[in-house]
Amino acid sequence: MCGIVGLYLKNPKLKPKLGKMFKPMIIEMTNRGPDSAGVAIYRNPVKKAQTKFSLAHDDANYDWKKIDVGLERALKCDCTVKKIGNHCILVTNAKEPAVVSWLKAHHPGVRVVGSGHTIEIFKEVGLPANVYDKFDLDEAAGTHIIGHTRMATESAVTTAGSHPFATGADLCLVHNGSLSNHNRLRENLRKEGMDFQTENDTEVAAAYMTWKLRGGATLKEALEDGLRDLDGFYTFLVGTADGFAVVRDPIACKHAVMAETDDWVAMATEYRAIAHLPGADNARIWEPEPTIVYTWGGHA
Amino acid sequence: MNEIDLHKVGVRGINSHLHNLPKNTNEKHWIIHNPMGQHSIACGIDAPLQIDIRGHVGFYCGGMNKDAELTIHGHAGVGTAENMMSGVVWVKGNSSESAGATGNGGLLVIDGDASSRCGISMKGIDIVVGGSVGHMSAFMAQRGNLVVCGDAGDALGDSIYEARLYVKGKVASLGADCIEKEMHAEHLADLERLLKAAKRKEKPSEFRRYGSARKLYNFSVDHADAY
Repeated sequence: MCGIVGLYLKNPKLKPKLGKMFKPMIIEMTNRGPDSAGVAIYRNPVKKAQTKFSLAHDDANYDWKKIDVGLERALKCDCTVKKIGNHCILVTNAKEPAVVSWLKAHHPGVRVVGSGHTIEIFKEVGLPANVYDKFDLDEAAGTHIIGHTRMATESAVTTAGSHPFATGADLCLVHNGSLSNHNRLRENLRKEGMDFQTENDTEVAAAYMTWKLRGGATLKEALEDGLRDLDGFYTFLVGTADGFAVVRDPIACKHAVMAETDDWVAMATEYRAIAHLPGADNARIWEPEPTIVYTWGGHA
Repeated sequence: MNEIDLHKVGVRGINSHLHNLPKNTNEKHWIIHNPMGQHSIACGIDAPLQIDIRGHVGFYCGGMNKDAELTIHGHAGVGTAENMMSGVVWVKGNSSESAGATGNGGLLVIDGDASSRCGISMKGIDIVVGGSVGHMSAFMAQRGNLVVCGDAGDALGDSIYEARLYVKGKVASLGADCIEKEMHAEHLADLERLLKAAKRKEKPSEFRRYGSARKLYNFSVDHADAY
C-alpha cells in the first residue's frame, strides 16, 4: 500500500494556497497509509551562501536554541532556528558538511531530515490529518509539495522510517512499493561511505540516488540507473528544487496517475486524491508509463 | 431521467439504490454526479439501465456489469468493467491498467489510451481501444476480441489461449506463444462489427491479427524453454 501525492503549481498566483490545496490530497490517501505521513514543501528560498536544514528530534520540547548558540560558537557562523512541531528549520551560512558532523558529535539525537535552499521536510508517525496540523501546513505557501502516507511493510513504524527521504540538496524521495534487494544494496552503499539511520528500504533507494548524484549523474540518469539496480516494485516521486519527477519500475504494478491543467500538475497513487483540486474535472489525466522518467520544472 | 449526487449519498448509497431497482423498472436513465474518483461506482448492476457518470472515476467502475449501458465521461481508474458479463461500458477519456480484466461478455470501449494489462485474462468480452494499450495486454486471454486502434506495448498476448487480438499500429513485442495470424473474411466481418459498435472510423483492412500459437496449452518437455 502507501499513498504518494505531489502538486506542482504552474500558475504563480496559486502559491499562497499550496498548503490548502494539498491538504485534501494527502488526507484522501489516509487509508492507503495510516501509519505515518510526511511532506516536502518547497518555499522561502534562502540566500546563495546559506543552507536551510530540516532537523527533527523525538522530544517535542527539545530546546533548539542550544543548536543555534552551539553552532554559532563552534563554526563562527550566523544561524537562525524556527521550531515547527518536533522539527526545526535551521538557516546558516556555515558549510553543510561541517554542520552535519557537528550535530552528529554534539547532538546525536538530532536527525537531519533534509537540506538545501528551498526544501523543508516534515514527517511523523500518525494519521496524515494529525501530521498536517502538527506542522501548520494548512497555511503554507510555496511552489510545489510532495507527500507520503505510509503503511509499513519492510520496517518499523517510526518517524525516522517515514518518508520523504532526503537524497541531496533540495532533493527528496517518496516511494510506493517495496524493494527486495535493499539489504545487499545497503551493504554495498555503506562501503561507498553512505550513512543509514534505519532498516528501511526506501532509505536505501534515497541513498542510492544521493550516491549517484554525488558521482556526477543527473537526476534523470540516477533514476534510469536505479531501474537497473533497484530490484522490486515501486513508483517513485522525487521532489527537486524546481519541480518533481516520477518513475515506475518496468512491471509498473504500483498504481500511479497524473493530471495536468494550465494551473498545476499533480501526481497521486489514486485519482481520488487529485479530484479535490480546482479544475480537476477538466484536467488531462493519464497513467504514467513504466521506466519513463517524467519531470516538471526543468530539473533533471 | 434520474440524478444522484455521489457527494450526498456515497458509493454505497448509489450502488444499493441501483441494485434495488426491479429489472423491468421504468426509471432506466440515471446520471451520477460528483464521482470524485471514488472506487467501485456502479458495480454489479443487473438491469438494463442507462447510466451516465459525469466525471472521473476510481477503480473497478462497472465491475461485474450485466445488461446496463454505462458511460464514464472522464478518466477511468484501475480494473474498469472487470469481470463484466454483458452490456456496455464506455470510457470517454483514458483508462488506467487492467481495463476489462477477466471480462466474460459485453462491450468495453475506451476512447483514449488504456495503459497496461488491458484485457488481462479476458473470457469473452469485446474491448475496443481508440488509443494505445500498455504492456502485458491480453495476458492469458481466453476468449473475446481486443481491438487496438493505436499501438500495443511489450508482451502483447503473453500466454494467450483463444482470444483474438487486432492492432492497427505498432506492437512493441509479442508475449510467449502469441503470433501474428492471417486475417480471414470472418475476422474482417468481426472487426467491422466491433469498430462500428465503438463508433470508430478505422477500416478493418488497416489492422493486423494476433492470436495463440497453441503450443503452451499442455506441458510439453520440448517447449520447456518457452514456459
